[in-house]
Amino acid sequence: MTDLTRLSLAATRQGLKNKDFTSVEVTDAYLGAIEEANSELNAFISVEAEQARKMASASDARLARGEGGSLEGVPLGIKDLFATIGTHTQAGSHILDGFLPEYESTVTANLWADGAVMLGKLNMDEFAMGSSNETSYFGPVVNPWRGRDSSTNLVPGGSSGGSASAVSAWLCAGATATDTGGSIRQPAAFTGTVGIKPTYGRCSRWGIVAFASSLDQAGPITRTVEDSAIMLTSMAGFDKKDSTSVDMAVPDFAAAVARGVKGLNIGIPREYRLEGMPEEIETLWQQGIEWMREEGAIITDISLPHTKYALPAYYIVAPAEASSNLARYDGVKYGLRVPGETIDEMYELTRAAGFGDEVKRRVMIGTYVLSAGYYDAYYVRAQKVRTLIKQDFEKVFADGVDAILTPATPSAAFRIGDREMAADPVKMYLNDIFTVTVNMAGLPGIAVPAGKDSAGLPLALQLIGKPFDEETLFAAGRIIEKAAGDEFSPEKWW
Amino acid sequence: MTLVDTRTPNPDYFIAGATGDWEMVVGLEVHAQVTSQSKLFSGSSTRFGEPPNNNVSFVDAAMPGMLPVINEECVRQAVRTGLGLKAKINKRSLFDRKNYFYPDLPQGYQISQFKDPIVGEGEVHLDMGDKVGEVTIGIERLHLEQDAGKSIHDQHPNMSFVDLNRSGVALMEIVSKPDIRSAAEARAYITKLRTILRYLGTCDGNMEQGSLRADINVSVRKPGGEFGTRCEIKNVNSVRFAGQAIEYEARRQIDILEDGGKVIQQTRLFDPKTGETRSMRSKEEAHDYRYFPDPDLLPLEFDDAFIAELAKDLPELPDEKQARLVAEYGITKYDASVLVASRVSADFYESVARGRDGKLSANWVINDLFGRLAKEGLDVRSSPVDADQLGGIIDLILNGEISGKIAKELFEIVWSEGGDPAQIVEKRGMKQVSDTGAIEKIVDEIIAANPEQVGKVKDKPSMVGWFVGQVMKASQGKANPQAVNKILKEKLGL
Repeated sequence: MTDLTRLSLAATRQGLKNKDFTSVEVTDAYLGAIEEANSELNAFISVEAEQARKMASASDARLARGEGGSLEGVPLGIKDLFATIGTHTQAGSHILDGFLPEYESTVTANLWADGAVMLGKLNMDEFAMGSSNETSYFGPVVNPWRGRDSSTNLVPGGSSGGSASAVSAWLCAGATATDTGGSIRQPAAFTGTVGIKPTYGRCSRWGIVAFASSLDQAGPITRTVEDSAIMLTSMAGFDKKDSTSVDMAVPDFAAAVARGVKGLNIGIPREYRLEGMPEEIETLWQQGIEWMREEGAIITDISLPHTKYALPAYYIVAPAEASSNLARYDGVKYGLRVPGETIDEMYELTRAAGFGDEVKRRVMIGTYVLSAGYYDAYYVRAQKVRTLIKQDFEKVFADGVDAILTPATPSAAFRIGDREMAADPVKMYLNDIFTVTVNMAGLPGIAVPAGKDSAGLPLALQLIGKPFDEETLFAAGRIIEKAAGDEFSPEKWW
Repeated sequence: MTLVDTRTPNPDYFIAGATGDWEMVVGLEVHAQVTSQSKLFSGSSTRFGEPPNNNVSFVDAAMPGMLPVINEECVRQAVRTGLGLKAKINKRSLFDRKNYFYPDLPQGYQISQFKDPIVGEGEVHLDMGDKVGEVTIGIERLHLEQDAGKSIHDQHPNMSFVDLNRSGVALMEIVSKPDIRSAAEARAYITKLRTILRYLGTCDGNMEQGSLRADINVSVRKPGGEFGTRCEIKNVNSVRFAGQAIEYEARRQIDILEDGGKVIQQTRLFDPKTGETRSMRSKEEAHDYRYFPDPDLLPLEFDDAFIAELAKDLPELPDEKQARLVAEYGITKYDASVLVASRVSADFYESVARGRDGKLSANWVINDLFGRLAKEGLDVRSSPVDADQLGGIIDLILNGEISGKIAKELFEIVWSEGGDPAQIVEKRGMKQVSDTGAIEKIVDEIIAANPEQVGKVKDKPSMVGWFVGQVMKASQGKANPQAVNKILKEKLGL
C-alpha cells in the first residue's frame, strides 16, 4: 500500500471519496508520522489522537453514506493561534498556560463543517512574532530540509513554522497558518511548500489570537497550489462576528488553478531588486519571469516607489497594535498568574514570566510609538506610509497589471540559533522585506516553491494579486509549480 | 478644545473672598448609560441587578481572539440623543482604544471615541428663574464608549473580586462647554440633561444605580478674568452631591489662591460623608492612554436617511412641550416647567386638561395630585387617581355641581376608594344645591335666627361672609356659594 501521508490533499480527498482508503487509515498514518518525527521537528505542540480518530470515524460514516463535505476525512494540522474548543490554544506562549477555549474559531469551524479532521495544534513563534519559529515557548521548530551533506538544523521560518514544517515533512495533509507580515509565505518558502495569505477580510479573524488586527489574515500552507485553493475555499467566508471580514461570495478557488496566465499582465517591481541580494534569488526571479512569458503572460516593469518604507512602517504599526492586543494577558482572567503583593506587581511578574523576549520587545516598541508626544511622529506617519504603499499598488493595478511577481524571501532557510540574527533583531526582520508590503496593503500574496539554492534548499517566488483576486494567484502559482517540477520533498533524516 | 467664554459675569453668582469677589467656571462630563437590550460590542444583556458575572460573554471577558461588533441600537440611541441636544451629528466617526491596566477592564483598553465622536456641538437651555433668566449651556461633544466592570474589595482579606456585568455596557459621554457659573446651574444642567435623556428614552437617568454619573471640572477666577487651572471631580452620582462638591471645590481653590498659592491640576474625589473633595492623582501621575483607532472596528458611517428616520420619530422635548403647554392651555411658564419635568407628568396633565380649563387643571394636577403623590412618595405612574377621575372631578366643579371644597373631599374619596367621581357625588348626595328656592329657605331661617348679626351687617358689609359660612354649614357645604352670595345680598339689602 502507498504511504498515505505522501498524497496531496487533493489526492487524499479523491482517495477517500473513491473509498480507496478510509479517513481512519489516513489519520492513523499521519499520527504515526507525527509520533516518528515530532521529537526531532517539534512541529506539533499538542497531538489530539483520540479526537482525530473520532472525527475520522465520523467522516468515514459520512463517506460510506456517500455524503461529506469538500474536506471530508482529510487530516489537517492547526496553528496554535486558532482557538479550538477544549484543546491546546496558547499562541505558542507561556502566558496562556492551561487556557482551553470554550469556543471554536470561525476558520477552523468552517474546516470541520466541511469534514476535515484535526490532528493537533502546531508550533509557532510566540504570538506569531518571529521569522524563524525560535520564539516559541515550546521550543524551536526544525525545518525538515537540510543543506546538501549537512546535518545542521535549519529554521522553518516563522511565525507559521510548525505549519510549514509539518506539511513539508508529511505530518498532515495541509495546515492552517496566519500571516501578519509574511508568516505564511516566508515559512512556505523555507520549506518548499505553498502558502497563500488571502486578501484582508477574506477569512474571519474571530477566534484567532490577535497579533496585529489590521494585518492578521489566516490562510493555508499545503504541498501544492491546488491543495491551497481547496483549503482556502473552505476557510474563507464572511463572518458577522468579525467587523473587518468582507461580505463577498467565495469562489471555488480550485477551479481557477488550471486557468493559465495567457494574456495576463504580470508586473515586475524594480524596487524589489535589493542591493546585496544573493545572485541565486535574482536568477530565480528571472527564471520565474521567463516561465510566465513562455505561458503567454505579458511582462511589464513597474514601480512601487514606497516599498522601502514598508518594513520600518510595519515595525511601527504591528507592534503598536500588538502592545494593545496583548494587554489582556494580565494574569487576572485566564492563563498564567504570578502572584504579587499588589495588583501592579502581579501584572509585572505575570507578564515578565509569561512573555518571551521578542514579544516583550514588540510590546515595548508598540507602547513607545503610541505614547504621548511620539504618536504623531511614529504611528500617524506610519499610517500615512501605509496609505502610500496601498496607493502604489492601486496605481499599477489601475494601469492594467493583473499580478505582481517578486521573490518571496531574500534567502533560503538559515540555521537555528544564527548568531547574526540573534544579535540584531533588524536582520531577522529583514526576512519579511518582500512580504510585509502585501499585508500593509491588505492584498493577497502566494509563495510557491520555484527552485533551490546552491545548498539544495528550496527557494520561492511570490505573486501579489488585486484585492479578492486570489484566483489569478492560484492560476499563476500553478504555472510556477508546474515549471519548477515536482522536486520539493525533503530527504527524510528524522 | 478652545475655551470660549460665552457668559457675562453675574454678581449674584460671585463668591466673596478676602481679596474681593470670585467667580467659578464649571464644565461637566456626564456619563449616561445607553438604554439598550445588549452591550455596545457584544450580545450580553445589560440588565441591572443580576448576580455577579451573569451578563458576560467571551467578548466582555476579553477571551483571546474575540472581536467587538457594534450594536446598532446603541448607535441609534446616541444619534437620538444628539438630535435631542440640537447637536451636529457626525456621519462618520471612529472608535479608539484607550489603553490602561485595571482588573475590571478585561481587554486592557476601553473602546471609546477620542478624535472623531459621533455627535458634535449642541446645547441645553436652563431656566434659572426670574433673576438670571434663561441660560444656554453649550455641548462640546457626545461620544460612545464601553463601561468597565466593577472591582469588589471587601470579600477577601487580600484579594479583590471582579464583576464584569457592566463591562462593555454602552455609555454616552456628554461633554459640556465650560459655560456653567454656579452650583445651582450645574444642578439645573444635570437635571435638565437627565430630563431630555428620559424624554428620548436613551438613558433611564437613574443616578443611584449609576446610570448617570458626572465628572465635574471646576476652576475659579476673578469675575470675567482668564480661566483658572481646573480640577476634575470624578464620578459624582447625585445632583445634590454635584452641588456640594462644586461649592466645596470652588471655596478650596479660592482659599489656595488667596493664600498666595497655586491650584494644581488634578483629579479629585468627592466624599459625601464629609462634603469635601480630596486628591486622587495629579496631572503628572495621569495615565498616558495611548489612544489609537481600534483596528477591530471599521469607521462608523451612516447617511442622512438614517438620521432623518430617527429625527422623524423623536418625541416632543421638554422645551418645546413647555412652550406649547403655555400657548395651548394658558398656564404660567412656571406651572408648565413643573409639568414637563417628566414626560409622564406632562402627559397626565394633558389628558386632564384636554377640553377643560387649563389653569384649573394645572392647579389640581400640580397642587392636589402631585402634592399628594409627593407626600406619599408615589410616582405619577402609580397614582391611585387617574387622569379620567381627576378630569371627572374638575368637570363637576366646572358644571357647578360641586364646590371647590366638596371637590377636595371628593378627591380624598377617589384617592382612597376609587370609583367614578360623578357617581360618588350622586350616590352620596354631595351635589351642590343651586336650587334658589331651597337656598332662600335656608337664608331666611338664618336671617330670622340672627337678628343681631343682621343689624351689624348693614354697617359692615364684609360680614356677609359670616352669613355665607352659616348657610354653607346648614347646607352641609352643598349650597352653590355664588347663589348663596347673591341671595344673601338681596335679602340683606346689601
